[in-house]
Parts: sequence; structure tokens; C-alpha cells
Amino acid sequence: MPAKLKFDQVKVGDEIPAFVVEGVTRPDFVRYAGASGDFVPLHYDQTFVEAAGIPTVFAQGMFTAGLLSKALTDYAGVGQVRNFKVRFATRVWPGDTVTCRGKVTNKTEKNGEKIIEGDLEVVNQKGEAAIKGSFAAACA
Amino acid sequence: MADQSIVGKTGKPFKIPIEWSKVREFARAIKDPNPLYFDPELAKKECGGIPVPVTFLQTAAFWQDEQSSPGMGGFDLRRILHGEQEFELLRPIMVGDVLTGVARVANMFEKEGGRGGKMRFLVVETEYTNQKGEKAAIARSTLIETGQAVKAS
Repeated sequence: MPAKLKFDQVKVGDEIPAFVVEGVTRPDFVRYAGASGDFVPLHYDQTFVEAAGIPTVFAQGMFTAGLLSKALTDYAGVGQVRNFKVRFATRVWPGDTVTCRGKVTNKTEKNGEKIIEGDLEVVNQKGEAAIKGSFAAACA
Repeated sequence: MADQSIVGKTGKPFKIPIEWSKVREFARAIKDPNPLYFDPELAKKECGGIPVPVTFLQTAAFWQDEQSSPGMGGFDLRRILHGEQEFELLRPIMVGDVLTGVARVANMFEKEGGRGGKMRFLVVETEYTNQKGEKAAIARSTLIETGQAVKAS
């Protein structure tokens, strides 16, 4: 697997370049439902959500987490991520712009690998956190 | 009190074959155009095969049935939130692998919530072993049942 990062060159405090998606859409949620197999109707069925007292459909948490994972693998390399953890906070609604970002908080060694650890987050256009998370990734 | 009797309960082992078309479809859905998911020759050269996105094991939903799920603790679908998700990725997972997953209820507990009233939490841990018998990944999912229907914030 291609390690994109050299351990010695990564510093605590380094930032993961932001991945911004402007205006997520209902079709995005439908595409993610089909790709992932998450057919919870809260994310595409307007009749269902209205009956549940919710104004409209909202993103699968794991759709948004998937966007965040793209920011992470662009930075650390595909196949380099050892741990990825997300906690869902504010929901993401159609039309929201989401910014996926993170930063390195620690450098360590585990199981003979050089590992960087850090925080992750996704924020919406109001600056509210949709996701708070953490990661560990192996470096060369 | 939350029904603790389902803690430790496991589902029947299920197989999940890792397929290229599904990997491509998933990468598109998360807006990741990384050529390693789309160009098999490049992927072979760089990774020794086509790798999978970090959260790809979410697609286990296509391969799990009622028997392989350890149960939802009687949670009401209209009041369920996905609270947390974690993946421990222990070995490379590549197209062509066949993983075997076993899902287990790792924990179940209750908390007094804010606006939503009493909340119940269900933690399901799914361990994946590859065709060589090596532990490849652990997925840990926390589901929350709110006291009333989820309202817009």
C-alpha cells in the first residue's frame, strides 16, 4: 500500500487539507443508500419522515463519514488508515455545505508501525459540528 | 431498565465477498475519485490489488440477514439514531477477498437524554476474518433509540 506520509516529516499540529462539499443533495443520500445498503427511510422517504414529525430527509451519518474518510485517505494514503472513529452530532440536511478536516495530535509506534493519530471533524456552513472523530494512520 | 439479556448475543457468521463493482460504486457515493478504486492496473502496481475505502464494511448490510444480526434490542426504527461508528482496520482488505463477519452485542445501556427523554444505547461489534483466517477488521456501531421521534434541530 502506498504510504503518502513520511513519519519524520509529520509534525503534531499538522492539518489535513479540508475537503469541502458544497450543497449536499437528496440524490447524494439515495446514491449512498444504494451503495451502502443502508435503506433506513429517514434518508430518502419524504412521506415517512413527515409522519415521524421531521421536516425533510437528512444525510446518513455514514455518508458524511465517507466524505470525511476521503479527506483522510487523500492525506494519509489509501490502505494506511488503522483506526477511524466518528461520533454523529448535528444532522446534515439537503443544501448544507460540509467541510471535512482534521489535524495530527500525536505520533507513536504500534505493532512495529510508525503511527500518527489525530482529530477529525465535519462542520456545516454555520460552523456546527456534524461529526467529531479521531483516526490513526501508518506512515513510511 | 434496558434489557441486558441480549449483551453477548452473536449472530450467525456471514460471508462478504469484496467485489470491484461495489467498491467503485461506494467510492463514487462518498465522492472519492481516487484512481486506486477505479484503475485495476494502477491499483495492482501500487497496492498489489484493488483496495477498499475506509468505511466500505458498511456494505455488510447487503450480506447480513436476520440470522446473522444479533438483534436490535426491540428498538423502534422511527426513533433510531446512529450515534457512533468505529473501524479498526487490522489488515489490508482487497477486491477478491472473502471476509466472514460475526456480529455481537457488545453493550446495551440507558441514559437520561435532554429533549429526547430517556435514551437507549446498543453497541454492536462485528469482527471480520479473511479467507486466510486472519483477523482483518472490527466494526463497532453505536445505535441510539431516543425517547421520542427525532426532531429537526
